[in-house]
Amino acid sequence: MPQVQRSAPIHDVVVIGSGAGGGTVTKVLTDLGMKVTLMEAGPMLNPAKDYKEHMWPYQVPHRGAGEDGGQYFGHGYPFGYFLAPNGYWDVPGEPFTTAEGSEFRWFRSRITGGRTNHFGRIFLRYADYDFTPYSRDGLGTDWPISYNELSPYYDKAESFIGLTGSKEGIRSAPDGIFQKCPPPRVHEVLVQKACQKLNIPCIPSRLAVITQKTNGRLPCHYCGECGRGCISASNYSSSQVQIFPAMETGRVTMINNAMARELITDASGKVVAVSYVDKETRTEKQIRCRSVVLAASACESARLLLNSKSTRHPNGLSNSSGAVGRHLTDSVGFGMSARIPALEGMRVFNEDGMGGMHVYMPWWEWDKPNKDFPRGYHIEVGGGFGIPSVGQFQGVCRKAEGYGASLKEAIKKDYGVYVGLAGRGEQIPNADTYCDIDPLVVDQFGIPVLRFHFKWTDAELKQVDHMEKSFRAILETMGGKPGPRRGHTDSKISVGGEIIHELGVVRMGNDPEASALNKYCQSHEVKNLFVADAAPFVSNPDKNPTLTICALAWRTAEYMAEEMRKGNV
Amino acid sequence: MSETFSRRNVLTQIATAAAAAASVSSASAQHVHEAMARNLNEVGPQPPKAFTEHETKTLRLLCETIVPGASQGGAFEYIDLLSNHNDVLKAIYTGGILWLDHKMEQRVGSAWVDAKPEDQKAMLDIIAFRMNEETYGPGVRFFDWARRMTVDAYYTSAAGIKELGYKGNTAVAEFTVPADAIEYALKRSGLG
Repeated sequence: MPQVQRSAPIHDVVVIGSGAGGGTVTKVLTDLGMKVTLMEAGPMLNPAKDYKEHMWPYQVPHRGAGEDGGQYFGHGYPFGYFLAPNGYWDVPGEPFTTAEGSEFRWFRSRITGGRTNHFGRIFLRYADYDFTPYSRDGLGTDWPISYNELSPYYDKAESFIGLTGSKEGIRSAPDGIFQKCPPPRVHEVLVQKACQKLNIPCIPSRLAVITQKTNGRLPCHYCGECGRGCISASNYSSSQVQIFPAMETGRVTMINNAMARELITDASGKVVAVSYVDKETRTEKQIRCRSVVLAASACESARLLLNSKSTRHPNGLSNSSGAVGRHLTDSVGFGMSARIPALEGMRVFNEDGMGGMHVYMPWWEWDKPNKDFPRGYHIEVGGGFGIPSVGQFQGVCRKAEGYGASLKEAIKKDYGVYVGLAGRGEQIPNADTYCDIDPLVVDQFGIPVLRFHFKWTDAELKQVDHMEKSFRAILETMGGKPGPRRGHTDSKISVGGEIIHELGVVRMGNDPEASALNKYCQSHEVKNLFVADAAPFVSNPDKNPTLTICALAWRTAEYMAEEMRKGNV
Repeated sequence: MSETFSRRNVLTQIATAAAAAASVSSASAQHVHEAMARNLNEVGPQPPKAFTEHETKTLRLLCETIVPGASQGGAFEYIDLLSNHNDVLKAIYTGGILWLDHKMEQRVGSAWVDAKPEDQKAMLDIIAFRMNEETYGPGVRFFDWARRMTVDAYYTSAAGIKELGYKGNTAVAEFTVPADAIEYALKRSGLG
C-alpha cells in the first residue's frame, strides 16, 4: 500500500500539464507575479541532450530504423527516430482501450513541453464563423465566445510566440501579427500556379517559426527540422518559449514525473488537493492547492475529471451535465501524392527552409451553399529535397526493381520529384464518439484508463470525397498522375485520433446543463477549477488547434488571476 | 567521438548564421556548411554480430552488387546490427542465403558467393524481379529485403547522401530558391 504523503504548503496555482495550454498559463500567471506549481507526467526536457536537430542519419548505427529494425515491421518510431522527444501512440505501461467496433489512436508525449516540442508548428486562427457553427448550418453547438472576444488573445499569443504569414484578407483564414514567410520552394511554386488556375487560394504558411529576432530568441536558421526540436528556440515549444523563461523568474515550482490521479474536493465543493503518482518511486503523493488548471491534453483532462469521483460528485468532477468525455472530435485526414515530371532532372540545392510547407491552402468554399457535406478543410503541402531517411526509397525500389547502376539511376531520378497533399478537415461532434473510463483496466500506476468510442459519419466521408477530387485536380494540373486512393480503409479517411487534434471533451458553454465549463473555461460547479488545453473547445474547425489553445489559455489565465485577486476563487 | 562536442559546434554555427542574418552573407553560410561536414563521423567495417563468416561474405558481396558503394555506406553493418536484435529479420537473411546457396548448388555446384561472376549475375537477374515470383518466390522475397535495406543504408550514409546531392541539414542566414530552378520546373510543367 503506497503511503500517501501530504505536503504541508498550500500551492497557489497548480497547473497539470506543460504543453501549449500549461505553458501559456504558466507564462501569463508568472508575468502577473503569481506563483505556479507546474506538474508534468514526464521528465524534464534538456534540449541540448534530447533534441536530435542537425544529426545525420549515419550518426546513429540503426539510421533511425530502430536497433531491432522496428520500422520495417510497422512498429518503428512514430514520425521517425529523430523526432523531438518524446511521443508515442502506445506509452509503455499506460494503455487506453477502444470499445468494440471503434478504432482510435491516442498520441501522447510525456516530457516538459509535451507535444509542442515536435508539433507541426502550423499556427492558424479560427475564423469568425467557426465560433457559430450551429447558427450557420444547424449542426453542432455555438461557442459561448465570439471571434472578437478571442481576437485580442490571438494578438497576444502571436506577438509573444511569433509566426510567419502574410495579410491576405481571406475570411476563412483571419490575418494575424505575422513575420515574413520565406519564399516558396520550387514544387510549392508549381502548387501555387496550379491553384491559381483552379481558383483555390494558396498563401504563405502560418507557422510558429520566427524569421526575425523575437523576445531574445534567434531567427530561424532554415534547417528544415522543426520536428526534431529547435536548439535555438526559433520555433514555438512551450518548454523553451514559455516554461524555461518562467522558471527564471523564480515563481515556478516544477514537479516532473508526476502522473495526476485525481482532484480532491472538500465540502464547500472546491478542489483542495491534487493526488498524483510519483513515477520514480511509484508512490502516491498529494499537494494542497488554492486553485487548479487542467492542461493535461484534452483527453487526459477528461480522464482526470472522470476519475475524480466522490459521493458529492458521482459522475466525476464538474460533470453534472454529463458533458465530460462527450463531443470528442479529431480532424478529418486524407492524403494523396504524385510524381511531378516537371521536377525531374532539376539540379539539387538546399531546400530545407522551415520545417514544413511554405505555402498552404485555406478553405475556399466557406460561403458556398449546397455542398453535399458541411464545413470544410485546409490543404497542407509536402515535397522537396528533404534529408534522406530510412524507408523513403521503398517506392522507387519496388517500381525500379533490379539492382546496380540502373537502380541507382532510378533512385537519383526519383529524388525530390514527389508532391504530397494532406487535407485537415472539420469533424462534427456525434453521439457515438466519446471517451469514458474503462471499468476493468488500470495503467501501471493503478489509474483507471480511458476507453474510446469513435465513429465517422457521412459528413466526414463526403468531405474526404471532396478532398480527393480537389487534390487530384491540383496534382494533375501540375502534370502529375496520382494513383488510385491509398489508405488503410475503404473510405481512406484517417483513423480517429491519428491527426492528433483530439479535443472537445470538457466543453465550455453558457448552459451548465450542457457544458462543464463557463465561457472563461472555469468549471460551472467548482469555482477554483479551470481547463486550459483543447478540452474546452466547442467545435474542431479546419484549422490546427494549437494557436487557439494558446489564445484561450491566455484569456483563461488572465481571468483566473483577476478572480483570484478579487478573492472570488 | 563526442556528440555533445559536435552539437556545441552546431550551436555556434546557428549563432553565426543568425548574426549574419542582418547582412546576409553566403560566405558565412558556406563556412557553416563546411564546419558541419567536418563533424561527420562514420563507422568503418565492423566484425559481424549476427552472421557466420560465410553469411557475412555473401551479404557483403550481395550488398555491394545491389548498390555499388554500399560497403562504404555500411550496408552490411546495418543489416547485421538490426538482425542481431531481431530474430525474424535474421531468419530472413540466414534462410535467404541458404535458399540461394541451395539453388546455386543445384545449378552450378557451388554456393552463390563462390560461383563465377556470370553465374552469380544470372541468379540475381531472376530474383531481382517480381515477375519471377511464382517459381522463385523465396528468392524474390529475400532479394527484396536485401535491396530495400541496402538502399536505406547506402542513401542514409555520407556517400549516398552526397550522391543524391542533398545540400541541407545546416544553418543558413537566409532561405532562397534559385531562379533558374523555378524557371526549369515552370517551363517543363507548362504552368509558367
